[in-house]
Amino acid sequence: MDSPFLIAIGLIAAGDPALTETIALSLKVTLTAVSISCLIGLPLGAGLALAQFPGRGAIVVAFNALMGLPPVVAGLLVYLMLSRSGPLGDLALLFTPTAMVIAQTILILPIVISLTRSVVEDLWAEYREQLRSLGAGRLRAVPTLLWDGRVSLVTGILAGFGRASAEVGAVLIVGGNIAGHTRTMTTAITLETSRGSLGLAVALGIILLLITLSLNAAAWGLAQSARGRLG
Amino acid sequence: MLSNTRALLLCAISSLASIAAVPAFAQDFITVASTTSTENSGLFGYILPMFTEETGIDVRVVAQGTGQALETGRRGDVDVVFVHARPAEEQFIAEGYGVERFDVMYNDFVIVGPDSDPANTRAAENAVDAMTAIAQAGASFASRGDDSGTHQAELALWSAADIAPEGAWYLETGSGMGATLNTAVQVPAYALTDRGTWLSFENRGDLTVTYEGDPVLFNPYGVILVNPELHTHVKAQEGQAFIDWLVSDAGQEAIADYQVGGEQLFFPNAQ
Repeated sequence: MDSPFLIAIGLIAAGDPALTETIALSLKVTLTAVSISCLIGLPLGAGLALAQFPGRGAIVVAFNALMGLPPVVAGLLVYLMLSRSGPLGDLALLFTPTAMVIAQTILILPIVISLTRSVVEDLWAEYREQLRSLGAGRLRAVPTLLWDGRVSLVTGILAGFGRASAEVGAVLIVGGNIAGHTRTMTTAITLETSRGSLGLAVALGIILLLITLSLNAAAWGLAQSARGRLG
Repeated sequence: MLSNTRALLLCAISSLASIAAVPAFAQDFITVASTTSTENSGLFGYILPMFTEETGIDVRVVAQGTGQALETGRRGDVDVVFVHARPAEEQFIAEGYGVERFDVMYNDFVIVGPDSDPANTRAAENAVDAMTAIAQAGASFASRGDDSGTHQAELALWSAADIAPEGAWYLETGSGMGATLNTAVQVPAYALTDRGTWLSFENRGDLTVTYEGDPVLFNPYGVILVNPELHTHVKAQEGQAFIDWLVSDAGQEAIADYQVGGEQLFFPNAQ
């Protein structure tokens, strides 16, 4: 077995179009899923933190538990929904990147909601009097609280990104690992492992880790500079 | 109320679909459920570009075990199934899910095992003898256990040997051929594999072919169009074009030309 590091470097240096396509698709799918999860999850999480209604505790626990939803189960549920024999079969979405976005959104959304709720709850407890004295009600406080908690929130969103970009069970079931169409980094790693090309599989893993590392470094840098400006 | 919810959901997902999946180019395509043996061996990577160039039809292959591939066809999620388990294929057609089965090609199964051959399968008279020897020696055997064509062929051998495979020596991986071979390398264990996957498999470790050549190990592949009367969205014309090409001289030659390490993997046998 050739050194996976050498294979990884060779792949990057060669700029192999199939690899570039796979990386691009992985990023497109996961970043779309992260964006949708934030659009839905940030307001919903903040709302859950500030609202008071019967059954709230159950919902909080449910979202916390859903953070542990096995990806393969999420994939199976989406598969059964989108299959031609399922309720949404007419949309013809099975084995498309959109199906993968839906599955990953189901995986990330509970993380964004739960984390936002927890961050906003803490901030509200801390700044409640202050915000009230400024005349801000619960609803008007939401943007302020989200902005205040942005550093913690970014960490949570990155955790969501990590969960989605690292998982293979869901995208394999709903995407089908079709070459040039729904093949992501993780399904390609699974395929190469099953081909016995372990060196190439590890090389792809290294590249995936490098991408995740760069994104995290960028986010950390942004958070640091934001702190510096305020500091 | 329910239909309202469903309409809303459809609407939300359609708008999501338009954001996330704008196709880069509008081209005809069909989706084919096939087996890990055809995908992992690299056959599709070799022959599909020829078909696409000739017809302009893109082929999207979902590689699954034969059992799962037929189930995907039953649900109408693909246009064509391309698999290797004759009895299961005939049942698929008898149940009305498929139109007609066409012979495409064959390869054969081989028994691989540790080079030391603890069950002495090299001396076996036939494949059933070899399997009996493995069971009697209590030598480890890694089974797919996934209702794939290979798994079904393996179960037929146990049944012919009148052996109920169970016990500590019998390891059901519940995985594809490659994953099962990776397991067999580590144990080390015997395994039944199609020759195509074996020849293109790179992580062989100490494993080698210990038994081959019995006609009972013949492994034919068939291709079937999913019934468009049952699933009206099936792209019958394009799917049939793919089947016609596979059994045509051009398709058959392409299959015969595919080699790994100087060895031909699949032998065309269209009627």
